[in-house]
Amino acid sequence: MNLSSANSPQHPILQKLEQARCHHSQVRDSNITLAHGSGGKAMRDLIEDIFVGSFDNPMLSELEDQARISLASLITFGDRLAFTTDSYIIDPIFFPGGNIGNLAVNGTVNDLAVSGAKPLYLSCAMIIEEGLPVKTLRQVAQSMKTAADVAVVQIVTGDTKVVNRGSADQLFINTTGVGIIRKGISLSAHNLQPGDAVLVNGYLGDHGTAITVARGELALDSTIISDCQPLNSLVETILDICPEIRAMRDATRGGVATVLNEFALSSQVGIKLKESSLPVREEVKGVCELLGLDPFYLANEGKLVVIVPQSKAELVLAAMQAHPAGENACIIGEVIDSPSGVVFMETLFGTERIVDLLVGDQLPRIC
Amino acid sequence: MKYVTEFRNPAKAQALLTEIRRLSQLLPINSAKPLKIMEICGGHTHSIFKYGLETVLPESIELIHGPGCPVCVMPRGRLDDAITLAEQPDVIFTTFGDAMRVPGSQKSLLQAKAQQADVRMVYSPLDALKIAKENLDKEVIFFGIGFETTAPSTALTILQAKAEGITNFSLFCNHVLVVPALEALLSNPDLQLDGFIGPGHVSAVIGTEPYQIIADKYHKPLVISGFEPLDILQSVWMLLQQFIEGRCEVENQYTRLVNSVGNRVGLEAIAKVFTVRDRFEWRGLGEIVQSGLKIREQYAQFDAEVKFVVPNRQVADAKACQCGEILKGVLKPWQCKVFGTACTPENPIGTCMVSSEGACAAYYKYGRLSILGKPSQPKKSQVSV
Repeated sequence: MNLSSANSPQHPILQKLEQARCHHSQVRDSNITLAHGSGGKAMRDLIEDIFVGSFDNPMLSELEDQARISLASLITFGDRLAFTTDSYIIDPIFFPGGNIGNLAVNGTVNDLAVSGAKPLYLSCAMIIEEGLPVKTLRQVAQSMKTAADVAVVQIVTGDTKVVNRGSADQLFINTTGVGIIRKGISLSAHNLQPGDAVLVNGYLGDHGTAITVARGELALDSTIISDCQPLNSLVETILDICPEIRAMRDATRGGVATVLNEFALSSQVGIKLKESSLPVREEVKGVCELLGLDPFYLANEGKLVVIVPQSKAELVLAAMQAHPAGENACIIGEVIDSPSGVVFMETLFGTERIVDLLVGDQLPRIC
Repeated sequence: MKYVTEFRNPAKAQALLTEIRRLSQLLPINSAKPLKIMEICGGHTHSIFKYGLETVLPESIELIHGPGCPVCVMPRGRLDDAITLAEQPDVIFTTFGDAMRVPGSQKSLLQAKAQQADVRMVYSPLDALKIAKENLDKEVIFFGIGFETTAPSTALTILQAKAEGITNFSLFCNHVLVVPALEALLSNPDLQLDGFIGPGHVSAVIGTEPYQIIADKYHKPLVISGFEPLDILQSVWMLLQQFIEGRCEVENQYTRLVNSVGNRVGLEAIAKVFTVRDRFEWRGLGEIVQSGLKIREQYAQFDAEVKFVVPNRQVADAKACQCGEILKGVLKPWQCKVFGTACTPENPIGTCMVSSEGACAAYYKYGRLSILGKPSQPKKSQVSV
């Protein structure tokens, strides 16, 4: 007997099955299982429900293996493509002021923005540990979408892998981003010249401190929240008023000290900072004192270092301070010709000391 | 940050420095024959470099950096023993972060961790105890290091483990005592010291009285000091006063934290759990009698040296390494043959280059400015407000 025949008694049930196969259902499991990474229906549901559903844009909804972007649409923004990638691994994945999701969007947006590019499209690859609550994944995806909307970018392609319990820590995210650099902008770590001013867009070390406290190993209470934010709008504002900006970098791992050392080495100049000008919250200073850490090396997720010709420093500073992402901006130092490749600080005492690259992580001291 | 920034006030530092300069001119000292003051504690060394205090003191006062950095004085053999313990099957080895990078004769704990040993960084021995309670199928060993500052918290952890009947926790005890080390230094003819800046945190535990022997027997003045720049400058000033007035006393600058008898609860915990070893090896200083602590027999079930076979290796320092001379204050970091060349913070040969409190690491991190030929080193009188 032909089972698919309309006359067959099984026909109505088969028809239902066929509908179910085509229908994209919601993920009903409470936790991610290996099936969600198997390439089968469970994975398709996960992608459709959580990622396509949350990220919500036509290019992703095509569900092709790649996003297709028209060149004509890109060249209206500038003349060079900026292309960057970053993987996000953080413990805990939810922390005061953000979570791994908005961190993964803002981080890559910022890496594009500091080249002077307008960030446009992001990819999102997730490595999920078996057992992660689906609710958590949904929350992360939704905050990625919110962050993407704020930064005016779209997440247009992605990948999902599920690994055995213990092979990853809850959730790792990789985002790759592309943006277009407008004509006439050429920012580089090699561009610094003696006399240039060194600016930052606000308080340093908030993110690193918030994460340290959120790990709960220290039984400390604090109100410090991560500074996780997109910087592309701020960058656009200051490049509009000062296209001659020499260099920009977001001060993530290793903090402002590390960025400045990279600048000094690349441009073969010295950088002199004033300790009294460094913007650090009292609470951050307190946590650092307790642990023997230096806020200058702590990670930020919404702070950039900008090198500006001296004559434009006040103008750029005022523009930064007028922008919500730069209210507490300040000038922290200047570029000098020698000693070359070295960052040093005039301490509150009027003495001077080197601000060197860290060898590894900052380690809390014994006593 | 109250009670911290007050002690970093540049105007007050200026006043103190003026007074230090005035007093120094009343003494028969000069740059060729300076007054030699040793700061014992690594915390002081770190502050001195961080705030550039050496560059603002008169040249007739020389600061000598002493052996009070807990990881710097750890001999290689003990580190090898620690790594051996960490590499035992079913062991979780817990340590303060500072000790992770210190090189043993073959590798550091960080490298052992990369090669599969389960090494975890903790902020307190109580964290290690918590790990033990959460991992009943593993033996959790805590790497107890440090002077009398950290010994009370280790002792209290052992007492708590006993009270809670925990059987999978033990201590690899390397706690050391500060006064025997000072006596060993003072018995060394190579080293001519005039006085000491005494450790602050250690003294908060032991009080000021144990130092009396330094003044009475060795005739050296000692001022117990806080860690902020004004604390250290005031301590230098107090020492100068003693020299000028011909006194030789134990004085206490750090009165906001230190008293004469110390912390009773802490001392009782130490006495209850620990007893003094006959001798203990210090890196660079060799064996010093009655300078280390071990666990009393009543608590042997928490003693990693009883529970496990510890190789107890005696390993000589690397030939090129002059940490011993640095720790004794005989050499300045930059006078060491390998400073900054073969021995750097990335590839340390000796312990002094590893810990942020080590003299070499502090000098490397903060002090290189003068050798980089930077022309505008501040003059001694240029402390600005």
